[in-house]
Amino acid sequence: MALSDSFFGQKFGITEHDLEAYLSEALAAGGDYADLYFEYLATSNLSIDESIVKSAVQGVSLGVGVRVIAGERTGYAYSGDLSPDKIRHAARVAACIARGPAQVEKTGFDESHKRNLYHLLTSPHETSLAERVDLVKRADRAARAYDTRVFHAQATYIDSLRQVLVATSDGVLSFDRQPLARLGVSVLARDGDGQSQRGYAGGGGRVALDFFLNEKTPEHFAQEAARQAIVQLDAVPAPAGEMTVVLGPGWPGILLHEAVGHGLEADFNRKKVSAFSDRIGQLVASPLVTVIDDGTIRNRRGSLNVDDEGVPTERNMLIENGVLRGYLFDKLSSRLLRSGTTGNGRRESYQHIPMPRMTNTFMLAGDSDPADIVRSVPRGLYCASFGGGQVDITSGNFVFSASESYLIEDGKITRPVRGATLTGNGPEALKYVSMVGNDLKLDEGVGICGKEGQSVPVGVGIPTIKLDRMTVGGTAG
Amino acid sequence: MIDPELATQTIRLALNRGATDAECTLAEGEEFSALVRMRSLEKLKDAGSRAAGLRVLVGQRVGSSYTSDLSPEGIREMVDSAIELAAISTEDPHAGLPDPSELGALPGNLQLYSDDISAIDTDYRVEQAKLTEEAAFAADPRITNSEGASFDAHSGERLFANSRGFLGSYRTSSCSLSTTPVARQGEFMERDYWYSSARSHSRIESPSAIGRRAAERTVRRLGARKVPTQKVSIIFDQQTARTLLGNIFDAVEGDAIYRQASFLAGKLGERIASENVTIIDDGTLPGLFGSSPFDDEGVPSRRTVVIDRGVLKSYLLNTYTARKLGMKTTGNAARGITGNTGVGHGNLYLEKGDRSPDELIRGIHKGLYVTELIGSGINIVTGDYSRGAAGQWIENGEFAYPVSEITIASTLQRMFMDLVSVGSDLEFRGSVASPTLLIQEMTVSGQ
Repeated sequence: MALSDSFFGQKFGITEHDLEAYLSEALAAGGDYADLYFEYLATSNLSIDESIVKSAVQGVSLGVGVRVIAGERTGYAYSGDLSPDKIRHAARVAACIARGPAQVEKTGFDESHKRNLYHLLTSPHETSLAERVDLVKRADRAARAYDTRVFHAQATYIDSLRQVLVATSDGVLSFDRQPLARLGVSVLARDGDGQSQRGYAGGGGRVALDFFLNEKTPEHFAQEAARQAIVQLDAVPAPAGEMTVVLGPGWPGILLHEAVGHGLEADFNRKKVSAFSDRIGQLVASPLVTVIDDGTIRNRRGSLNVDDEGVPTERNMLIENGVLRGYLFDKLSSRLLRSGTTGNGRRESYQHIPMPRMTNTFMLAGDSDPADIVRSVPRGLYCASFGGGQVDITSGNFVFSASESYLIEDGKITRPVRGATLTGNGPEALKYVSMVGNDLKLDEGVGICGKEGQSVPVGVGIPTIKLDRMTVGGTAG
Repeated sequence: MIDPELATQTIRLALNRGATDAECTLAEGEEFSALVRMRSLEKLKDAGSRAAGLRVLVGQRVGSSYTSDLSPEGIREMVDSAIELAAISTEDPHAGLPDPSELGALPGNLQLYSDDISAIDTDYRVEQAKLTEEAAFAADPRITNSEGASFDAHSGERLFANSRGFLGSYRTSSCSLSTTPVARQGEFMERDYWYSSARSHSRIESPSAIGRRAAERTVRRLGARKVPTQKVSIIFDQQTARTLLGNIFDAVEGDAIYRQASFLAGKLGERIASENVTIIDDGTLPGLFGSSPFDDEGVPSRRTVVIDRGVLKSYLLNTYTARKLGMKTTGNAARGITGNTGVGHGNLYLEKGDRSPDELIRGIHKGLYVTELIGSGINIVTGDYSRGAAGQWIENGEFAYPVSEITIASTLQRMFMDLVSVGSDLEFRGSVASPTLLIQEMTVSGQ
């Protein structure tokens, strides 16, 4: 695509000559590298609560971020106004980081490798509001119809369409049009003695509206949320202490995100502040464990054609048969560590500096039958679904919170238990993986990852696995 | 500076397009951040942005929109978008603006903006960050690495207007100085941080004090062990105690109450905590982060006693949640720049007691002093509480050794009933503040 045919060329009349002028302004005080990130983000948010569509919001945010890198230093400025004088001003502010002679002007751009992992003729954001608001109405009806114990339902549908243009002083020009949609349902249920519980389910991705009409319907998410709330009504207090834990497939892959993923982001390893620093080639997990971060899976929430620095995303091996193989890089850390790029430079918006982030992080399937995994546990905990997690990348200690879990007694899944936090240490925890199921599943598409104040959409996945030892933070003796 | 005319024109345009009521928020802000790492400047960020938000009512239907494009075309598109959305929403009998008699702003200067921050230049800011990191390095030889030190500053202005004649605006500023040292012992590393932030640069603690404190907090974590699973007394330091107030806020804010999604729904007037617990929300205290002359729907901020000596006295409400509950707003409406308001807090704090943190620690035979909580294992519907923790093990009234990779669990109901002692060390470092708190018993999960 020529710049003149692109979104920013068409809507704002931006030319290659303009981009070159802004980049040379950014490098006027020296520096090794500069880039421009133009963003136009349109969002919709529709929600139903007590069967009333109470909230409907739409909006537009646009701007450009200018970055200058000089050695290990980064200068950054942005403007919400795309007029040439405002962009040049931002470029001059970003340039303050460098102190030296102006860099030679670069001329000409090459468009970065072009593919389309989310080729939607019509993104959900471009469909009629009536069609989209119908999704939350259907979810509300299905949740309330599920069981008489359901007394409150809330459903939220969010979509966005992000237009991006990245131009770099090393001559890369890339465009992307990134659709994203998500439907979430929250349900409250109450039993006879007044005890309440909540259930939540949701999903989506870089998908067309058809996804919610044909594949994962509002009824699917509503029934799942209601089922979780009802199951929890009978939950007993969670056990406390070290025990065998079996994670079910899909969203419990958040374990990988917290236990290893963050610790493998190259900025932490460049600074040597991660528990995984200098451990490439070492055994950091059981030989049954292979972990991959893959930004190239079609229509997934964490996928991108190019990352937010214009680098094509890739399928990157993090842990292979238990051995640490690689980190996740942005441009700055790949340059400073003299390594190749992996397409993991991401940012929340034009107001943010890119850094290494995960895309879709998952464990490859093994060959155990999931039923055999549960049968092998005399006493333990089976976790089917999770809330959030968090990690201290320096000590490696991480937690994640089980939202639906059950006791395993004599090889059988028995009573549901109340929510509990599980904790472990990153480089140690996965050494206790003793069985890996043949049932790899990716999550349904709701993940949001926060790091240093920036949120980005991500995916996770895992087959059923057995951890021989993990600390479960319940209250029962 | 924000032009009030833009807000009144936007409201007029919305009324012309069929809105029966409208609210407009305009916000602009500037941010600055300088990060120094390993004694040299690593990141410098300096920029500003603006945005407008609109919420319209067409009868009892509501639509909202926002834009960062403040051109006449951008504003027109924002207005059309809100009107279009109102048409697809459902009539909500409780939707509406505050009663005109509720609208207004606190008089006087709340000291939310100080020009002493913009008066200091970039070189000085970078130097402050360098001195802070250096102080951490100098404090202990085991501090061998760093995630850096930063000087951050923000300033902004917020204007709110509605079709019932309210128009108000205020400016805010803030700056902060922080550092995150990394300590090493053998193959193990630990990090922690310390910071100071205020609306005026004159109230920021010195770089040496911040750096030294960050270093102490970091090295005391070295050599952490896991402890056996057991029930013991727990002391929350100021930083972790604050998070318990955040949990109470989530349980008393109007949205959770009217949806009956809180363990405190329907408990007004009941004893829900020990009599050591008095929690107040006050949006009127000069110079603090939680203060404002009016809330995000134009109602003056105020002081509300939430819990008085253990008895739940008031929920925190905006106009919508108050109407749902048949009550009056407490001036706690909060939103970004658009949409229906949620509920926010002003300066939310727990009144101090009369014992120093050291006295509380000395009184413990066996227990845990918590300095860090991670994860999100709190269920406001049931009150179930289970979080990852790190801190110092207490034996016979003294710190014995650091602990980590454990969880602490109970229910919020039991924790507040079992809150047996409140420290005398109340300090406002943000909009939520708590003294050190002692809870009789929780389950520690470890080995």
